[in-house]
Amino acid sequence: MKAIITVIGHDQVGIVAKVSAKLASLNVNINDISQTLMQEYFTMMLVGEWDDKKISFDTVKKAIADLSKETGLDIRIQREELFDAIQKL
Amino acid sequence: MESKQILETIRMISEENLDIRTITMGISLLDCIDSDGAKSRQKIYEKLTTSAKDLVKVADQIESQYGIPIVNKRISVTPISLIAAASDDKDYVAYAKTMDKAAETLGVDLIGGFSSLVQKGYQIGDHRLIESIPEALNETKRVCSSVNVGSTRAGINMDAVKQMGEIVKQLAAIDPVSCMSLVIFANAVEDNPFMAGAFHGVGEADRVINVGISGPGVVKRALEGVKGESIDTVSETIKKTAFKVTRMGQFVGNIAAKELGVPFGIVDLSLAPTPAKGDSVAEILEEIGLQSVGAPGTTATLALLNDAVKKGGVMACEHVGGLSGAFIPVSEDSGMIKAVSHGNLNIEKLEAMTAVCSVGLDMIAIPGDTPATTISGMIADEAAIGVINNKTTAVRVIPATGKKVGDTVNFGGLFGSAPVMPVNKNSSADFVNRGGRIPAPIHSFKN
Repeated sequence: MKAIITVIGHDQVGIVAKVSAKLASLNVNINDISQTLMQEYFTMMLVGEWDDKKISFDTVKKAIADLSKETGLDIRIQREELFDAIQKL
Repeated sequence: MESKQILETIRMISEENLDIRTITMGISLLDCIDSDGAKSRQKIYEKLTTSAKDLVKVADQIESQYGIPIVNKRISVTPISLIAAASDDKDYVAYAKTMDKAAETLGVDLIGGFSSLVQKGYQIGDHRLIESIPEALNETKRVCSSVNVGSTRAGINMDAVKQMGEIVKQLAAIDPVSCMSLVIFANAVEDNPFMAGAFHGVGEADRVINVGISGPGVVKRALEGVKGESIDTVSETIKKTAFKVTRMGQFVGNIAAKELGVPFGIVDLSLAPTPAKGDSVAEILEEIGLQSVGAPGTTATLALLNDAVKKGGVMACEHVGGLSGAFIPVSEDSGMIKAVSHGNLNIEKLEAMTAVCSVGLDMIAIPGDTPATTISGMIADEAAIGVINNKTTAVRVIPATGKKVGDTVNFGGLFGSAPVMPVNKNSSADFVNRGGRIPAPIHSFKN
């Protein structure tokens, strides 16, 4: 399964490390990553891929939600197809 | 995919209230007809609770995995006047209760189809159903009712128009709030996913998934980026935005249909407002350049909006259907409420607006002492607009029992609150009491 993970929030030390460590612990591979500062907000987007027979979407989503709470960052995970449907012909 | 597009999509959902307003499963009850009413209701309950058993689960799963809010899960059924007619039951309240019970078991928000189609005349089931409406809606929580009183092909059934004015008054006498569950249509459509007017037409498949989208906030935000530019640019901007919004509807409908093993019917390309700030059709018209909705130019801007939404949406999905257009329910739109409260918008202007958009005089509170014949006159006017212009029109008015102009009726949640609006005090009684049928217009003879 492929999903897009977006991280938005005030810049702080170790955002990339925290997010990628959490994904690694879930066996989610990072296929692509981009990061930018928009105004004062840190904005990062990752394409994550994992074997959903071994680990469910809900498990990954819950882990991401916990991390979002711990760090105070707005972290979302959404399946990739949504973005293709809306933005691509 | 570019980061910009990802962020734009997320912003549409999180800041601009883009959502799937409803996933509605249409279910045919034609195979539940029985001369024994109790048996028929048992079949209806079983068919509903098995056909839609996964509807809420699948919708919740889509919401979680794709991060798109799905506000309502609903069911529409074959008009009950057709299903119950074979039985000896004298009133159909028990059918409404069965629908309500099934909806509660399934966890769906609303169930539509306590309906009757009488544009040309009544069969026995229509008499019984319409007479049952006040009690049925007051004794159930989730049941919605609609009656079609006119069509371009048949003309307008003035006997039904007269009766529906009386039914609305009877309903209001028990509880004005329940009037929001009753719509009186002309040219009702058979695949509408929106309530209170949804029913499952007899020409439809056994089961079908229809999706209604919403996104006034997204359109408004897009227009904020083209301030002062020409109307051509406004139209193009609305089209592009509508395309994206509709793609989401098509996408969600496809997944839901696949997961449920039910054919995907249509996407209803409607801009449906909610009372939430920034989720208003009125504010779009104001963004185009009106000081307040209701100002001269309101009908023109609404016509432009409605047409551009359709043009943008049509290419984005396989099948368009339902009501498709901009909704202008007063109580559900913060901009409309504001305009009415400030005296900038009246019923006559709203009536003109219904000639160029879907659907009609919707969620409008009127004084409690408005005579039934005046309500019938309003229904006849709306039906005439629909019948002559080959479009769907409807009336959903709320006579606010015991209240007068300036008071407010609260409906709660998504349904908002409506300021009581003044109605022309001249009588329509002699016209309404004539009865009969307004003949079909000349342009209906196309064969």
